[in-house]
Amino acid sequence: MIDASRLTVTLGRRRVLDGLDFRAMPGALTAIVGPNGSGKTTLMRALTGEIAAEGRLLLEGEDPRKLRPWQIARRRGVLAQFTRLAFPFTVLEVVRLGAEAGGQAGAGATARARAALARVDLAGYEGRHYQELSGGEQARAQLARVLAQVWEPVGPEGPRWLFLDEPVASLDIAHQLQVMELARDYARAGGGVIAVMHDLTLTAMFADRVTLLQEGRVAGEGAAGEVLRPELLEQVYGCPLDVVKLSDPARLIVTPRTGPRAPRHALADGGEIVPEAARPARSG
Amino acid sequence: MVAIAEGAPPAAGDRSLLARRATWGLVALALLTSWASLATGAAGVSLTDALARTLSGEGLTLQERIVIFEIRLPRLITGLLVGAALAVSGAVMQGLFRNPLADPGLVGVGAGAGLGAVSAIVLGGVLPPAIAAATGIYTVPVAAFLGGWAATMVLYRVSTRAGQTSVATMLLAGIALGALAGAATGLLVYVANDQQLRDLTFWGLGSLAGAAWPKLAVAAPIMLAAMAGTLWLARGLNGLALGEAAAAHMGVPVQRMKNLAILSVAAATGAAVAVSGGIGFVGIVVPHLLRLATGPDHRRLLPNAALLGASLLVGADMLSRTVIAPAELPIGIITALLGAPVFLWILLRRRGVLDL
Repeated sequence: MIDASRLTVTLGRRRVLDGLDFRAMPGALTAIVGPNGSGKTTLMRALTGEIAAEGRLLLEGEDPRKLRPWQIARRRGVLAQFTRLAFPFTVLEVVRLGAEAGGQAGAGATARARAALARVDLAGYEGRHYQELSGGEQARAQLARVLAQVWEPVGPEGPRWLFLDEPVASLDIAHQLQVMELARDYARAGGGVIAVMHDLTLTAMFADRVTLLQEGRVAGEGAAGEVLRPELLEQVYGCPLDVVKLSDPARLIVTPRTGPRAPRHALADGGEIVPEAARPARSG
Repeated sequence: MVAIAEGAPPAAGDRSLLARRATWGLVALALLTSWASLATGAAGVSLTDALARTLSGEGLTLQERIVIFEIRLPRLITGLLVGAALAVSGAVMQGLFRNPLADPGLVGVGAGAGLGAVSAIVLGGVLPPAIAAATGIYTVPVAAFLGGWAATMVLYRVSTRAGQTSVATMLLAGIALGALAGAATGLLVYVANDQQLRDLTFWGLGSLAGAAWPKLAVAAPIMLAAMAGTLWLARGLNGLALGEAAAAHMGVPVQRMKNLAILSVAAATGAAVAVSGGIGFVGIVVPHLLRLATGPDHRRLLPNAALLGASLLVGADMLSRTVIAPAELPIGIITALLGAPVFLWILLRRRGVLDL
């Protein structure tokens, strides 16, 4: 479990995180959502120890700030929004750096790197130079590197964790799906996943828990259906929104609105689109 | 690509076997250049003759003994160590700054070390006798190390923010540091007496001609220790290629590693500058060629750079002794002739991605 309480981060004069409480359980995919500047990435960085934060922080009962760097590296992998590579490594060499950080060496590291590349649909890219890949391919190669570092979702020390900062931002729709499925499978197998997300529709589809941030505080926390309510989202994001529920209860579509509220639609498969906000608003 | 004869073929994209084989090739190259360097020289002493006479029990002539053991051998060992130290310093610095253009000679570290050495030569005479006696022959290399260390620290502080190094800032800060150190060095030269001027001129040419056992006894341990220290850095530098944050997430103790990297670069460059003056471009050319041939993994790059740097400098020294024999060309001229075009070539290839 990741258990953080009263996390406060001040950058310059601004309180980016303001006494924030955050919990995430292994076995679940926890999404962090919120508008630009709400503190999503800062929360992620505070949780991974990349920036100093006041407050209490426990990773499986231990303060990660007191563990040695290599010990932390065996327990959690971190995928940043952007990663710039300095030298002409091949794709395999980049991913192997992750496997080596996870304690593998030699042929074992190479084998794990190849498996991780296959997992992100980059089998056959091993010999390519990383810097010659497209943006989306680079992002997947980086995910493979992080995955190779914490390959087994549960290790001898307990559950391992994946921290993903906007893992699907530069991906096409098929690979968005693949990466989210990968993250969900990691959680199903006993690991913990924390993902900063922008796409609320994908979030609803894959996240077991959602934390909605607003100006460095938690504006909502719970299952996707509880947090992704139109009135709460409109208040946090400050724009008119429709939340469309599909016949499959786990699926809903969050879409911005410019005109009047959407009418009822019939779906091709006989389901029904019901814009939630079109229902009579509750008073109060 | 090398044909693979035995064992399992390496996976695509895996250059570790290639790099390991390159190590053996480079060992052979270093041995070959070493032999050639011992065998050639203005005195016309033949190494094969000397060897044959030793084996037949005839013994060496006095001239042979002096030329081989007192002139050529210390010069060879100095060349090997200085070449290795410069190439490894370059590779470490490039890894630290995450940029293939960083080189101690170009970004003011060499100039800082030079200022340290010149200060020691010129101001050494005014040191209190007690301190002078205590530091003795270590004064010049230690001062060079301190100068190089100070320059590296300033450079790193100026050009790196939040773990990202700006190439433009680094190169410009290097120019400023070099100019500053040059001005201070000029001032010292101005106040130096005649004997010191002779020492300075000799030293400043960038040459292995001053190589001798006593100097080597001081500088060799420093260079060897600094290079040994860098072996511990290799994994960390690999991680750093992905940025400081990613390196930390992969378990690299980033701050400790950076401190050790700066210390090793300053020590190796300082000691090299102290014995041979400013020899440029070895630190750029050697790591760059090796990265092209066998990849940027520092665990192989650093030892291979040491071997290739050693061979390159010994080879360049042989050229410097023979092209206009019996006179000598300063070796710095030869390394610059080889290195400056390579530097320009890297610059041209990266022009599109440089944020200058």
